[in-house]
Amino acid sequence: MFQFIIKRLSLVIPTFIGITLLTFTLIHLIPGDPIEVMAGERGVSAERHAELSAQLGLDQPLYIQYFRYLNDVLHGDLGTSLITKTPVVSEFLTLFPATIELAFCATLFAIFIGLPAGIIAAIRRGTLFDHSVMTVSLTGYSMPIFWWALLLMLVFSVNLGWTPVSGRIDVVYWIDDVTGFMLIDTLLSGEKGAFSSAIAHLILPSIVLGTIPMAVIARMTRSSMLEILNEDYIRTARSKGIAPWRVIMVHALRNALIPIITVIGLQIGILLSGAILTETVFAWPGIGKWLIESIGRRDYPVVQGGILIVATIIIVVNLLVDIAYGIVNPRIRHSR
Amino acid sequence: MTTHSENKHSENKHSKDTVASNEGASNEGTHANQQGSQINTQGNSEVIAQTPELLRTPLQEFWHYFSANKGAVVGLITISIICFVAIFADWIAPHSFSAQNREALLVPPAWLEGGNWAYILGTDDVGRDILSRLIYGARLSLSVGLVAVSASLAIGIFLGLLAGYNKGTVDIVIMRMVDIMLAMPSLLLAIAIVAILGPSIINAALAISIVSLPHYVRLTRAATLAEMSKDYVTSSKVIGAGPLRLMFICVLPNCLAPLIVQATLGFSTAILDMAALGFLGLGAQPPTPEWGSMLASALQFIQRAWWVVTFPGLMILITVLAFNIMGDGLRDALDPKLKQ
Repeated sequence: MFQFIIKRLSLVIPTFIGITLLTFTLIHLIPGDPIEVMAGERGVSAERHAELSAQLGLDQPLYIQYFRYLNDVLHGDLGTSLITKTPVVSEFLTLFPATIELAFCATLFAIFIGLPAGIIAAIRRGTLFDHSVMTVSLTGYSMPIFWWALLLMLVFSVNLGWTPVSGRIDVVYWIDDVTGFMLIDTLLSGEKGAFSSAIAHLILPSIVLGTIPMAVIARMTRSSMLEILNEDYIRTARSKGIAPWRVIMVHALRNALIPIITVIGLQIGILLSGAILTETVFAWPGIGKWLIESIGRRDYPVVQGGILIVATIIIVVNLLVDIAYGIVNPRIRHSR
Repeated sequence: MTTHSENKHSENKHSKDTVASNEGASNEGTHANQQGSQINTQGNSEVIAQTPELLRTPLQEFWHYFSANKGAVVGLITISIICFVAIFADWIAPHSFSAQNREALLVPPAWLEGGNWAYILGTDDVGRDILSRLIYGARLSLSVGLVAVSASLAIGIFLGLLAGYNKGTVDIVIMRMVDIMLAMPSLLLAIAIVAILGPSIINAALAISIVSLPHYVRLTRAATLAEMSKDYVTSSKVIGAGPLRLMFICVLPNCLAPLIVQATLGFSTAILDMAALGFLGLGAQPPTPEWGSMLASALQFIQRAWWVVTFPGLMILITVLAFNIMGDGLRDALDPKLKQ
């Protein structure tokens, strides 16, 4: 097991270095001089220019600049926003809980709908229900989620008025930022109605963000269950006279879950890139909206740092999923 | 063989942003194809019985399996219609995509009260015909898809063959780069590229072809590795075929099945990502009739005019869905092993 983890880790380090190289190159591909970009329309004098480039290390050769950058990154310094003048890391940390909250609820939605739908579709294979699940899943997988967001907003917020249009909570509430998670903070604040307002704001974005993962989970659950249900041991269990629901829920599902859990883990990439679109539509103050706005404002350190952090989170989560997979399934561990 | 199965495993686990098992599964297409219908799976016994007389050429055989999947045929028909409309947009579209009519702002679709048959799907906020913009948008989306898919297919095949043919440093370097690119969600990477290059259709197409590259490289490499160990490759080598001939003339044709499937699915990703970039304001810029940017500019009218929001998205969904269904059907038809 230890060897397996070491092997996986040794794959992660070059990937991380590759991503830092990528983000480093991105910033150097921007047309124009970085100092002029920073100075904006006012411009800088020649002396100030030389002083600044010495201060920022821009007069050094590229490889030295890269090692400086890598050094800063490893010390947790991702630069400072050109607009707000606050460190990128602290901006990220204040906004990240909002994205986690949204992604978490989206995952819950995806699992609660996708898993049972997949199981029932596998049991009732070939029936109308099966076909509907597969159709919905294929449609969900092909869905342009930004449009899906608009449609749901049009129906439930604009026409029916059931849910709020955007944001995290009604403006009438002023909630102290304790944990950054609105659901927890509203409970802590004890203010009446704040919690339900936060929930109401979460429903549509979670459904939108959870749609693609739901489709993937339903599809994966169905095919994984179908495979397991054909196994000999399932027939044995049935012939022993074990109750049908027990065969499915205990005997089959437990083994079918292994690939499903992996797939759920691998949704992190879809969730984080989906968050960019979802947050933009619903004006959800998370990192997706932050990244897009920074691109619009040409706030390059934020774009660079934000992309680096998001990519790193994805690699780390994938690593954890891989290791968890190795723990659950010894065949993977020993196959290499 | 160990390398191949290992590779297939990682294939499966790495395809985070496509439906998880697409690539890994379609790798097997090449072996299965050669044995044709003999390896057919359960439940198709009558098909097998007819095989000798009815299915002669590979193309007929392919069509036989493909047309058995009704969804895939519907997908193919839908795509054909969209292609037809896109090619003949100049004759089909009732109006120009940029002609503004100040008399007819936000006219609802024809079948609603206040609608007008001159504007079947209604007009947008500056009085442009939505139907015409959708038709021209189809032309744009399909051509961007075509450019992006062919570019990444060409480069991906080249790199994949190179990696599969030369084991060692070349392989390691190429596959490491591919792993790095796969570690980022495609939309995020595309956004990063466009953020630097500047928002435009061409840069968006470039970004989309770069982000879809890894899948083609992986697929080609996996298929090449499997083919390289076959006897026919060894015998061509013995006869004295050079590396280029081996790569492109001997091995490549036998790797095509999974690539065709991936290219079809790649179309849907390209169209979806293009629309997403357009929606975020990083792709096509207004007044270009691109589906995603049409949605973005319609956002503020969502309360007054549902049709400006509904139809462009519906077009994206239908097109993407058609390509996905057809890709699934192609995979089943090209790979009898996978049939259920």
